[in-house]
Amino acid sequence: MAEFPKISQMGERGILIEFEPEINPETLQKVLFFKKTLQKELFKQKVEVINTYNSLLISYRFTIEDVYSEFSKVKELISSRNIPKIWKSQIFHIPVCYDEEFGIDLKLIAKEKNIEVDEIIRLHTQPVYQLYFIGFLPGFLYLGGLDKKLEISRKNTPRKSVKKGAVGIGEKQTGIYPKSSPGGWQIIGNSPVELFDKKKEIPCPFSAGDHIKFHQVSKDEYLKIQNEIESGRFKFKTEIYEA
Amino acid sequence: MKPEIEVLQPGLFSTIQDFGRFGFQKYGVPHSGVMDRYAGKLCNLILGNEENSAVMEITMQGPQLKFSASTRVCISGADLSASLNGNPVHRNQIIEISQDDILRFGKRNSGFRAYIGIPGGFDTEKIMGSRSWYEGLTDNFRLLKGMKINYDLQDLSQIKSNSTVKTDDSYFYQSEIEVFPGPEFSFLSKEKEMILFKSEFTIAETSNRMAIQIKEPFVNDLKPIITGPVMPGSVQLTPSGNIIILARDCQTTGGYPRILQLSEKGLQVLSQKLPGEKIAFRKVEF
Repeated sequence: MAEFPKISQMGERGILIEFEPEINPETLQKVLFFKKTLQKELFKQKVEVINTYNSLLISYRFTIEDVYSEFSKVKELISSRNIPKIWKSQIFHIPVCYDEEFGIDLKLIAKEKNIEVDEIIRLHTQPVYQLYFIGFLPGFLYLGGLDKKLEISRKNTPRKSVKKGAVGIGEKQTGIYPKSSPGGWQIIGNSPVELFDKKKEIPCPFSAGDHIKFHQVSKDEYLKIQNEIESGRFKFKTEIYEA
Repeated sequence: MKPEIEVLQPGLFSTIQDFGRFGFQKYGVPHSGVMDRYAGKLCNLILGNEENSAVMEITMQGPQLKFSASTRVCISGADLSASLNGNPVHRNQIIEISQDDILRFGKRNSGFRAYIGIPGGFDTEKIMGSRSWYEGLTDNFRLLKGMKINYDLQDLSQIKSNSTVKTDDSYFYQSEIEVFPGPEFSFLSKEKEMILFKSEFTIAETSNRMAIQIKEPFVNDLKPIITGPVMPGSVQLTPSGNIIILARDCQTTGGYPRILQLSEKGLQVLSQKLPGEKIAFRKVEF
């Protein structure tokens, strides 16, 4: 038997499935394919399946009743080799204002990396980022695809409070703070969009597997969008992405 | 007017909890819910409630509460010397409450977290299928002086209560925490494994509903992992040697090796431990 996928029990309420420990869209595709397969299967007990870069966790609301039969069911379900090559998902366009007022670490990055601020913005808005999963905080997106030239270490001492909507870079990752919280990432801008709205039936519009593109907006446009959000008129621009 | 409890004193740290949120982890929403499911369930069952009705979870130092209308309550979990209008009341049995009665707590005798149940459960804000308080999700996230908490006016004569439920406090005095091997358990050397199960560990002051921390450093050379799923009861080991036992309000994902996973009983025992108390991990096989 191959080493992966590895199925193991995580306490009395979880079954963990691990694939090759790699961060890439191919592994994610495999993970999401099996996530869908598992979700289609009716479990006798109430479960939720979540994914990360290379793992699936089937978490049970209560203690798993018949672990043996659950294990063999999971084993059978993830034995399929016919993983579709074509993957359809959505691209969400996210407005970001990179003005100095928001991009409080832009100058520092420019100096350390010896690139112009405009070039940093260009490099950050160019890629179509892969949304691997949501975790850490409600609505926090784990994105992949940051340009290597923008990789920069975290702040030695994290800030006590980073503004809600702050767009930051930390090592190979980039992302948006869904609410103000302590944080160690280098901050390059701010997005007015709501990543998580607890009052909505679906509190977060994104799903693992979606794609994200950042768009530069002026302060005026930023304020206009903020206004649209407050009055409930804002809608994300989306398009279909085919890999 | 809806009956309410007025918070005269908030105590150390009190929240409203049920069994937590389920089905929202995909958005990064934590489980939350009562730390000690056994005790939370117990006070509900004694009152004749659904087992996951919203209860008040109180920590070490209880609040002072004034009731605006007659009802019943039941207190389970830690023994925090509860009294009604100055008269001591027992745990795990129905306490009849009249209008303007004041429930107080005093000296801690045993355990760390106590639960107050009320017929029908506390009627607080429901977000994503749960009334569990969590900062950023619910408007309230800890009990504050002057706060008013609603409860239902129930026809008490209609409620069948289970006052004969057997209770067991012995877990307050148990120091062994049941654990299963976690996903990265096999990364530990045999020697480290032995130290892990032969040592006593102390609960750190910094422990809270997100994580119970261990005082003693556990020197190790385990590398961080690619961020993966975690759940309440996952035991993480940081490169700097911190042992972190994730609790009900923990994040949904984490990047530290997950060396152990507590059993449900293990979580129950741990939830009643005070900072400064000693625990030991006892490995159980699946």
